[in-house]
Amino acid sequence: MSQRVLEMRNISKEYFGNKVLKGVSLAVDEGEIHALIGENGAGKSTLMNVLFGMPVIRNTGGFEGEVLFEERPVSIANPFEAMELGIGMVHQEFMLLPGFTVTENIKLNREITRPTLLSRLFGPAMKRLDRTAMNSDSRRALDSLGLSLDETTRVAGLPVGYKQFVEIARELDKKKTKILVLDEPTAVLTESEADTLLEAMERLSAKGISILFITHRLQEVLRVAQNITVLRDGERVAGLDRTEATVDRMAELMVGRALESVGCKECAASAMKEEVLLAVSDLRVDMPGEEVRGLDLSVRRGEILGIGGLAGQGKIGIANGIMGLYPATGTVAKGGKPIPLNDTTSALNAGMAFVSEDRRGVGLLLDQSIEMNIAVPAMQSQGKFIKGAFSLADDRKIRSHAMELIRELDIRCTGPAQLARRLSGGNQQKVCIAKALTLDPDLLFVSEPTRGIDVGAKKIVLDLLVKLNREMGVTIVITSSELAELRAICDRISIVYRGHIEGTLAPDASDKDFGIMMAGGASHGGQERKVS
Amino acid sequence: MAEQVRMEGNGLSERLKAIAADLGVPRLIIFAFLGAMVVAAFLLELPIDTLTGNILTRFGMNGILVLAMIPTMQVGMGPNFGLPLGITCGLVAATLSIEFGFTGLAGFLVSLAIAFPLGGAAGYAYGLLLNKVRGEEMTVGTYFGFSIVSLMSIFWAMAPYRSPEMIWPYGGSGLRVTITLQNHFDKILDHFLAFNVMGIDVPTGLLLFFFAACYLLWLFMRSRHGIAMTTVGNNIRFAESIGLNVNRYRLLGSTLSCALGAAGIIVYAQSYGFLQLYQAPLFMAFFAVGSILIGGASINHATIKHAVIGTFLFQSLLVVSLPVANLVVSENLSEVIRIIITNGIILYALSRRESGSEAR
Repeated sequence: MSQRVLEMRNISKEYFGNKVLKGVSLAVDEGEIHALIGENGAGKSTLMNVLFGMPVIRNTGGFEGEVLFEERPVSIANPFEAMELGIGMVHQEFMLLPGFTVTENIKLNREITRPTLLSRLFGPAMKRLDRTAMNSDSRRALDSLGLSLDETTRVAGLPVGYKQFVEIARELDKKKTKILVLDEPTAVLTESEADTLLEAMERLSAKGISILFITHRLQEVLRVAQNITVLRDGERVAGLDRTEATVDRMAELMVGRALESVGCKECAASAMKEEVLLAVSDLRVDMPGEEVRGLDLSVRRGEILGIGGLAGQGKIGIANGIMGLYPATGTVAKGGKPIPLNDTTSALNAGMAFVSEDRRGVGLLLDQSIEMNIAVPAMQSQGKFIKGAFSLADDRKIRSHAMELIRELDIRCTGPAQLARRLSGGNQQKVCIAKALTLDPDLLFVSEPTRGIDVGAKKIVLDLLVKLNREMGVTIVITSSELAELRAICDRISIVYRGHIEGTLAPDASDKDFGIMMAGGASHGGQERKVS
Repeated sequence: MAEQVRMEGNGLSERLKAIAADLGVPRLIIFAFLGAMVVAAFLLELPIDTLTGNILTRFGMNGILVLAMIPTMQVGMGPNFGLPLGITCGLVAATLSIEFGFTGLAGFLVSLAIAFPLGGAAGYAYGLLLNKVRGEEMTVGTYFGFSIVSLMSIFWAMAPYRSPEMIWPYGGSGLRVTITLQNHFDKILDHFLAFNVMGIDVPTGLLLFFFAACYLLWLFMRSRHGIAMTTVGNNIRFAESIGLNVNRYRLLGSTLSCALGAAGIIVYAQSYGFLQLYQAPLFMAFFAVGSILIGGASINHATIKHAVIGTFLFQSLLVVSLPVANLVVSENLSEVIRIIITNGIILYALSRRESGSEAR
């Protein structure tokens, strides 16, 4: 019988009188891959905060229940102690120093050093770094993940997927690591990168390292997890093992309702016309990590156009460039009228709106209320929600408009005055969409609308986009790393490779066609299918 | 904004709890300290009615200088440590009004009429500088304030004023260090509708003027441009993504702040009875910064409520604790204690981690 590495018993936690965990228990054996699934706000992050002794738990009154590590009760006071015990964490938001090399990041604060004359005189701070040993250690960690990335490159400018691997390699390199917590590791990865990661996880598990795997992608759970814990509203609603789990069953347990397939197969096709609404030619956008290099694109009136492609190929840069958030050159014309670039106001006035991929950084005023988040863009660029000679904010209109959208988009909150910071990811995304809708756009750019949000919210968000398109006639350009969701709702899908459009396919084109295009196959005679 | 977090307490105790939570622990401690000082003042048989009158007057005379902090803080530039710029503009305006021979209400209004645009123009230029040093506004502002005071000292010494009330009594050129307003607009607001109740002199006009200023600024901060400023202060990238011109709103913030500073010093001077030139404005920004921070503002979030509560607490503490300290500890401590309290509060506020930023 393998040893029990981690056990959490009856964990309860309250934030300001709001019970977010209600007696949750969880056990992980040596070498086990244990999946922890649940909607956003189900309590997964809080449970992990408890495990790592994050200050936010202690500052808000601690928790109830006990944590056992290798069958001994432990009290973990801070993340450093968790690390000392052998619990490794891979963060959802990258904790890497961009100016450092891969090796330096992996070995940060655990550098291998050699004594020198100075260190004998002045102590260990004067020791020299043994770069060769550090590089070979990093190499080993990267190899165990099956990643051929050069360990001496700088982290800045690496595609997101690689950054994720560097984080994991750092945890693996800690020899003591017995259990690895992966918090939505595949959320930012493309499908092929996610595959590599899952393989790496299985390899680690075979070596006896346990993995606690938090994710929203249920197929991945089925592929690698031996046991599955489902949380809903702070409660453990089920523990499944691999044999009894199916995607439908897990989704149902998580959401508490049966999940229909995403999209809107039965409703009428979009009113796509031949007329070109937006014509883009030779667009170049200087967005670090997502450069666009001479891209031509045409968006037809009434369609939902998907933009796919691997991370780092430039798909994210398109909308950011057209909306003036990053320096751009080229020509963009909407309905025949040219739109100046690098000028957000003109772009907004032309009836375009943008839901950014960076919800917290760009999309929201985190310390403002939901209603202000929704009203401010329309107030500033179109003069809505103001009254009188002094153009004062019209509170009543702002409130009633917010109430309406909260109801329509099913934003779960305590009320329109709740701060955006306090909402879960999916609800924050809905606020971002509400804010864009308030601008009454006829062309809506949406970037990574489902990144980091759970299955239930994902479906609502995608359905909402379809509804906007069908009922309000909004033309939508949706950029996403998840090909499956693009195929579910788009009329056409353009694949971006190295900063230009590699090709455009119908959503029902074969997997093979999509795969070849994403790898730049169409323009390279199928020879360079693997992206370095 | 804090009004948004209105709790629905049924019982009185719950409502009190809600009020306490709204105020925050630091303010409760300061209120308690103030209470202790008042008790001590009673025991030492200090004249409570005079002290109370002093509190009201100092509250009104300093209030607008504290309000001047709000625009820059809300737009994300932090407290305006460059306030001496606005203050010297106000002083120039007041000396011009005297030079032109205006007296009484006319003198006061002419001073204000010159001060506001002059302060605004200077604030605009100052904003151009601050836009070049984004993120370092507080440090740059502090030294800018120091520099402008020294520069203006040369101006005071050289400027070709003629009025015998202002130039040195033995003639020559240059203004005196302190200019009396006795024949001009001394206490023009303080005495307007003033009355005495239970031995307390209430400076009605001064208080009305301050509250009117609060109301106007409150209205402005709720207007389209005011909300745009707050948006820039909250999240620059959000502001850019909705097409707001960030630098323009930062300019608006420093313009408004310096204009308020210029108006504020005139209100201050009419109550004090003198114009203080040369080095006097040097530390005035620090008192204003200390006041708004003690009122519960954080570096990038300040409301009218913070300014009102802060000014009241700060001035009350000074008025009550100084005579108490002078009697209990030693005489002539007042200036030392004032500096300790002011800088202590600023240090506390700057070192305080914004509560709630950790808990997501």
